[in-house]
Amino acid sequence: MTDGPAAAPPIGTHGLDWLDDEGPDGDIVVSSRVRLARNLQGYSFSAHATGEEREALLEKARAATEAAGVLQEADFWEISRLDRVDRLLLLERRLVSKELIGKPDAGPRRGAGLALSRARTLGMMVNEEDHLRLQTLRGGFQLAAAWRDLDQLDEEMGARLPYAFHQEFGFLTSCPTNVGTGLRASVFIHLPGLVLTRQIRKVLEGMGQLGVTYRGLYGEGSRIVGNLFQISNQTTLGKTEEDLIDQLERLVGRVIGYEKQARAVLLREAPNVLEDKVWRAYGILCHARSLPFEEMMNLLSGVRLGISLKLLKSPRVDVISRMMIHAQTAHLARAAGRRLDEADADAFRASYVRRALA
Amino acid sequence: MDCENCGERKAKITLTEIENNEMRTLNLCSTCATLKGVSAGGGSAPMADLLAHLGGSAGDTLFDEAGEACEYCGTGAGDFRKSGRLGCPQCYAHFHRQLRALLRRVHGSSQHMGKVYVSTAPDADPEQVRLSTLRRRLERAVEIEDFESAADLRDAIHALTEVS
Repeated sequence: MTDGPAAAPPIGTHGLDWLDDEGPDGDIVVSSRVRLARNLQGYSFSAHATGEEREALLEKARAATEAAGVLQEADFWEISRLDRVDRLLLLERRLVSKELIGKPDAGPRRGAGLALSRARTLGMMVNEEDHLRLQTLRGGFQLAAAWRDLDQLDEEMGARLPYAFHQEFGFLTSCPTNVGTGLRASVFIHLPGLVLTRQIRKVLEGMGQLGVTYRGLYGEGSRIVGNLFQISNQTTLGKTEEDLIDQLERLVGRVIGYEKQARAVLLREAPNVLEDKVWRAYGILCHARSLPFEEMMNLLSGVRLGISLKLLKSPRVDVISRMMIHAQTAHLARAAGRRLDEADADAFRASYVRRALA
Repeated sequence: MDCENCGERKAKITLTEIENNEMRTLNLCSTCATLKGVSAGGGSAPMADLLAHLGGSAGDTLFDEAGEACEYCGTGAGDFRKSGRLGCPQCYAHFHRQLRALLRRVHGSSQHMGKVYVSTAPDADPEQVRLSTLRRRLERAVEIEDFESAADLRDAIHALTEVS
């Protein structure tokens, strides 16, 4: 039911199955993601290649996808053949980057593509900054499992496509910050306790010294909303993939520990204030008639905290995660079946949230 | 509601602070919230930033604009300094010495320790890759009527095919 000219499969509920598995520490870690940057020998990097070269590369990637076991049941989209809302749906699900879908006025680059497995959230962007960006997403704190899935996809693609590899520098990438393993692992983590007790800056600064970086909801340069942080490894060269995953896992494990301590302090020192904050957030979400996205995210943060601390019996944590996806503007517009201006979207969001919490 | 800190912009963020076991809530605009401590995340283009820092001293000597551009894709040191992006995989061989120094600063190492890749894919033979790259560039040069480059490319292709 896409209204674009594409003969591609509809976006539907693609790429959302990670939500079915809350995963370990799912009340604090929303999701775990790993991606690998890969490029092919004999082609300029995507930004430097001609439209014809990028299209040739897209076809090679498509053929390899069809032959690869782990992606055999995959759907493949040419981004330029998707309509604007579909492109934004993919972005809001964090299956594509802003760079892949292009600027709203300019649209995507020629040859931009996305492959996505049906069974799992395992996929591949084509002609992003690098020729291939293999990626996987899982619910909760499961970096090692995510890496195992991705490693398998990498082996299969590498056997079918000639990767650009250098004995000293490893897998070659368009930007030298990704070279070597090409691996970026990240967790999307909810840290209201550390924010409320004002320890967050100290923790984030400490991480910076350990080769780990953080960003907001939509990646590089984006703002922190709803006490949600993306924590990822900063360096990609000089360590094995397993070491990078392991180091990030241990560090995130410590951050989870600090977050739990902060929550315990809040419960002990200011239980009434905390409980009031949680219930107020829940109350506003249940009754508001207009909800801007950021306000909703901040209120959902309170509710997620309330669930985690057992101050609220319902909803379940995955209901909150689903709302964070489905109450974004493109998802609302798709559900409404029409374009929504800001005021429309805020009203539509409030009504969606009331129903989801009813 | 107006921001309770500056009173100028619209409040968008509720910041709750605990000081001496007392909790207070402030409604802030995004600018003041950022100043208050919840910062807006890492830099937007770490590579470009880094190169800017290197500029003047190390940057100038490392990526000297007077040097030759990559023979495969035409990316020069100046292009890289501006965009922070290389043009093609061969740039790593072309700027090998400079990149090694840069990577040591960025990653603390220039030696890959991860998975070793041995290509079993078709058309992975480096000579073949080089040939197909040259042929593509030749086609492009002819298309845009850059006959000088075309002649050089033709020579390079001849040289390669004669050897093999």
